[in-house]
Amino acid sequence: MQSDINEKAGPVTASATSGAGRILADGTAMLSVRNLKKVYQTDGGPVEAVRNLTFDLRPGELACLVGPSGSGKTTLLKCISGLMAPTEGEVLLDGAKVTGPPKKMAVVFQEYGRSLFPWMRVRENVELPLKNQGMPKAERDRLVDEALEAVGLSHVPLSYPWQLSGGMQQRVAIARAVAYQPEVLLMDEPFAAVDAQTRADLEDLIRTVWKKLGVTVLFVTHDIDESVYLGERVIILSSSPTVVQEDLIIDLPADRDQLNTRALPRFTELRHHVYEQIQRAKAGHRPAAAGH
Amino acid sequence: MRIAKGILYAVGLPALLVLIWWVSTLGAKSFFVPTPGTLAATFAKTWFGDRLFSDVLPSILRLFVGVAAAIILGILAGLLIGSVRWLRALTEPVLEFFRAVPPPVLVPVLMLLMGISDSMKIVVIISGCIWPVLLNTIEGVRAIDGVLSDSAHTYGIGGWARVRYLVLPSAGPQILAGVRQCLSIGLILMVISEMFASSSGLGFTIVQFQRSFAVPEMWSGIVILGLIGVAMSFIFQFTERRILRWYHGLREVENAV
Amino acid sequence: MTKQTLGIAGILGFLLTWELIPRLGLVEARFLPPASEVLAALALDVQLTAFWAAVGETLVAWAIGLTSAALLAVVIGFLVGSSQFLRRFTNSTVEFLRPIPSVALIPLAVLLFGVKIESSLMLIIYASFWQVFIQVLYGVADVDNVAMQTARSYGLNMAARVRHVVFPTALPYLMTGVRLAASVALILAITAELVIGSPGLGREIALAQSGGAISGMYALILATGLIGVLINMLMRFIERKTLSWHSSIRSEVIV
Repeated sequence: MQSDINEKAGPVTASATSGAGRILADGTAMLSVRNLKKVYQTDGGPVEAVRNLTFDLRPGELACLVGPSGSGKTTLLKCISGLMAPTEGEVLLDGAKVTGPPKKMAVVFQEYGRSLFPWMRVRENVELPLKNQGMPKAERDRLVDEALEAVGLSHVPLSYPWQLSGGMQQRVAIARAVAYQPEVLLMDEPFAAVDAQTRADLEDLIRTVWKKLGVTVLFVTHDIDESVYLGERVIILSSSPTVVQEDLIIDLPADRDQLNTRALPRFTELRHHVYEQIQRAKAGHRPAAAGH
Repeated sequence: MRIAKGILYAVGLPALLVLIWWVSTLGAKSFFVPTPGTLAATFAKTWFGDRLFSDVLPSILRLFVGVAAAIILGILAGLLIGSVRWLRALTEPVLEFFRAVPPPVLVPVLMLLMGISDSMKIVVIISGCIWPVLLNTIEGVRAIDGVLSDSAHTYGIGGWARVRYLVLPSAGPQILAGVRQCLSIGLILMVISEMFASSSGLGFTIVQFQRSFAVPEMWSGIVILGLIGVAMSFIFQFTERRILRWYHGLREVENAV
Repeated sequence: MTKQTLGIAGILGFLLTWELIPRLGLVEARFLPPASEVLAALALDVQLTAFWAAVGETLVAWAIGLTSAALLAVVIGFLVGSSQFLRRFTNSTVEFLRPIPSVALIPLAVLLFGVKIESSLMLIIYASFWQVFIQVLYGVADVDNVAMQTARSYGLNMAARVRHVVFPTALPYLMTGVRLAASVALILAITAELVIGSPGLGREIALAQSGGAISGMYALILATGLIGVLINMLMRFIERKTLSWHSSIRSEVIV
């Protein structure tokens, strides 16, 4: 069953069971994570959170990242987004090494209430990164209007974030990321704090926005169903010290919807497989050649 | 009807108190308490003549300059110290000590160092009022939400833009709480510095009245200080409500949950 | 470097700067004596009964004023706060009287009481009262309606309701008010002594300054600062102790 699933693959140059994810030929990847390692210095001694993460994302790909709790998802995201420096290894965005938050990357955080400026209205929140870049007003207005329309919030530009529901607040955060026109969009469990119905809507929103903009998306989640529904690919992390447990291609049709896609037998197979892998990760099983 | 009710509520107790005051001074003429009529007449006579320009306005001007300077300096220094962790740890004990020193005590010190002058009085005001603004700014800057800070960071909002769009608004409520304390300390210091170390100004004039037992005039002085205090409070509340409209809205939403 | 070492370094750095400024002639030494001289004067003071008498006078005025103000404020605050009519009726008067600086009462105090401790008390009580009163109003207003109704439905009479519902809710606010009032009370105690001449450290400072004992004056000022710091610490300690079971419910109130 396992090898059956793993054989469905695109052009790859690495096996998916060696503790590393799929990597692409040099210069073709949009986002490149190579041998990322993070060791925290704590009062009780050094703690190796992430041992070795290696994977590439090709331009325009939507990849999901799942893993058991404590698998260093947040650490990984902080390193990729440039908010934290890794102990070893590197992250490359479109060929350039990431040393601080890169210009072409936008991040959407889980805590939407805390990632939006409460003293600014919706419109001002979405417009701020562009204004900060010195973009002229006309162009700014156009991008902001388009972004708000894309997430379905054209009717509340003058509201304050705290006047909106959780789902709407997250849409504002997404609109802000969209208006920014990034090449890579990082999403850190963005729908974890939102109710199930809203989550379904937002998942579809992400897919729509992704297809329309052609942006590369790395979507971190703990929700297995979500990862299979959304992703073209699911990277499964092991438990700490983290390596790639498995790099799985999701060969569901490109057109997906909540009702039909989730009813497909293939969906159930994939989801079952991911669940299995995560259980194995939690139990401490690690890929054959993990760690050095 | 609601407006009428509101006005009645606002005026009710004050009117009652004035009535009681008037009735109790109807009979024998008290040395200590003038009648409402006398006080009103004295008030106009005392303060709206020459004194308006020789004492009242200069005092208010000194107060304004002192408080404005204290606020600006306090915020600037607070922004700096609040953002640099080691600087904060280094200066915090000393600053807390200065805040604990009762401000009027600095009047004799500054009299010594600067003599009696306008600038001395302004420096007295600054030296007393800057601490609440400074310390509250430091605290406000320190307590910026981590996720918000990360968000700003990832979108490349740094330097002055970060101060303008993130730090100052976030610390706003704390800073304004400090400004409120600053205003009341400023008024106290303005009065004290003039009572203690001056030959002109509101404080000095009022003390003169008391020394020469000009009791109604003295009371009118108390009233005018009260009016200044009320005016300052009013202006502050008005400004605060506008600047922190987002904050009050946010708290309301949070408290409703 | 830990936070504590940096803090101590800061204090030492400040003392060093203070020492150097007059010695280097940046300011005349007779207006700003070096830190060492002032500290020496303080060390001398601490051995004199007269010093401790003054400290005692200040603290007595502070304590009496603070307690009286707090008691008054709690009683009146509870009464006014519990009745919507009273709250609205007194609102305009409170908002008018509150911002009046108690130093405005100095001439009146002098007229009425001269240089006795009552002058200090008048100022202290007036200023401290408002701090506590406003907080008690907030506290009583914050009482959860659901809790009140639950108590009522369980048959608790007025006294029991006050004890079990109103008081615990209002307590954090009360503690905040008392903490603020404590420092205001000290400021006014010293101010009254300084300006009016009622007994206490403030008067000693004024005497030292007019008598030319400059190091002594600075030493006394240092002492008032230290007392202020101690009072702050004491109040925060008391607040923490009384509210240790409560602080998880209360979110940080910005005051």
